[in-house]
Amino acid sequence: MAAASAAQITVEGVSHTYRPARGRAVLALEEVSLAIAPREFVALLGPSGCGKSTLLYLIGGFLPVEKGAISIEGAPVAGPGPDRGIVFQHFALFPWKTVKANVRYGLEKLGVAREEQERRAQAHIELVGLKGFEESYPSQLSGGMKQRAALARTLAVDPKMLLMDEPFGALDAQTRSLMQSELYAIWQRTPKTVLFVTHDVQEAVRLAQRVVVMSARPGRIKANVSIQLDRADPHIYRSPAFAEKVDEIWDLVRDEALKAQ
Amino acid sequence: MKYLPLLLLALAWEAIVQLGLVSRDLLPSLSDVLKAGWSLLREGDLWKNTGASLYRGGAGLALAIVFGAVLGILMAWWRWMDAFMGPLVEALYPMPKSALIPVTVLWLGFGDGSKILLIFLGCMLPVTIGAYNGARSCEQALVWSARSLGASRLAVLWDVVLPSALPELATGIRTALALTFVLLVSSELIVARAGLGYLIGFLGEGGIYDAMFAVVLVVAFLGFFADRLYQRLVGRLLAWRA
Repeated sequence: MAAASAAQITVEGVSHTYRPARGRAVLALEEVSLAIAPREFVALLGPSGCGKSTLLYLIGGFLPVEKGAISIEGAPVAGPGPDRGIVFQHFALFPWKTVKANVRYGLEKLGVAREEQERRAQAHIELVGLKGFEESYPSQLSGGMKQRAALARTLAVDPKMLLMDEPFGALDAQTRSLMQSELYAIWQRTPKTVLFVTHDVQEAVRLAQRVVVMSARPGRIKANVSIQLDRADPHIYRSPAFAEKVDEIWDLVRDEALKAQ
Repeated sequence: MKYLPLLLLALAWEAIVQLGLVSRDLLPSLSDVLKAGWSLLREGDLWKNTGASLYRGGAGLALAIVFGAVLGILMAWWRWMDAFMGPLVEALYPMPKSALIPVTVLWLGFGDGSKILLIFLGCMLPVTIGAYNGARSCEQALVWSARSLGASRLAVLWDVVLPSALPELATGIRTALALTFVLLVSSELIVARAGLGYLIGFLGEGGIYDAMFAVVLVVAFLGFFADRLYQRLVGRLLAWRA
């Protein structure tokens, strides 16, 4: 699916060591290679501490690539950019800005004309179902609404790629399931490349075309599992094909999860 | 009525003096103090000296806020700045600021300049430390979000680091505000030709104690009022917390 020439995101032989201010250096990633095609939906799955978020931050340009190479459409990553939108587990909304001002922020930075900012911000607030909360501050919203606002802020600048770092990990089960459906619907309407970090096997199978399974620390790529399911099926969770894929991936993850304990 | 205890204290003050429990030489009655205060007000002495004090305090504090906030945020943002300035701030912070009074007089003389410099130097470090701690508490994810939305590193400083620092910066400024009054009055008591501190000293030396107490009350009220006003302003500015 992701031939090197057609890849949008290319990761080659990347290793990364964390050096905390105090304590020992930790090898977080070791010799990771990965190619992601345009508009592909990829889940990065692994036990906690396996470096999957680190890999996402490296692709995002937030951390320097020390060993190996990462390129986006052929050009090496040099810092963050609006082509790669990011969504964090804890939302990272600017708490001093209203929902509307948060969503407008990126448009302001990109120098979009004022009326156009207004129009696009409003459209994205409505896209994520937050109409009526434009003037609310993040502290006045529930977790699910905060993540909707964060998603609207990221989508408003129309990035080609979405980097999502356990985006639904802080939400309750019902909200999480709803957000999964909505993300999937949004991805279908505005096809973007999605790299979705999670440690939830069901979530990965539910959403991704390909699940990249990572080993316990130091993170290496253990398997690539491609997934073809009828995602329009509202009862996808009950389908035998879904259960089979979850089992298959669980078998890959189980040993790693035990090692990470 | 929240300030009822204050009213009771005022009544008790008046009562113990009227009943002769305390000598009037040590504590004039509240009614005499208010009368003396009224005549100071009418004759214009109070206005003139209050004006002088507020100008010095306001200018010194404004300088302390601007330079203190910039220094604190830069220290939090650039490691070499922290390495260079951090030990200086740490060493100078506990110094009793009033020890600088003779120094600033030596440099700038008896007028406004020495008071403004004293308040600036004395009040800057609490602001610096507030800004520093506030900026350090800025979440990494907020900075990264801004960067991925197209903000330059410099824009992040203004758009993300400064607002993140505001709550702790506001606390530092409140400390500085209280310190401003302490430094202002003590420096004016020692060396000045105008100002509320000067007026207290002048009236005290002349034995005009009811008027002296009146000025002390004015200083106390100004300090209280400034703090309330500041708290209200901060409450409005940081309404997004909640």
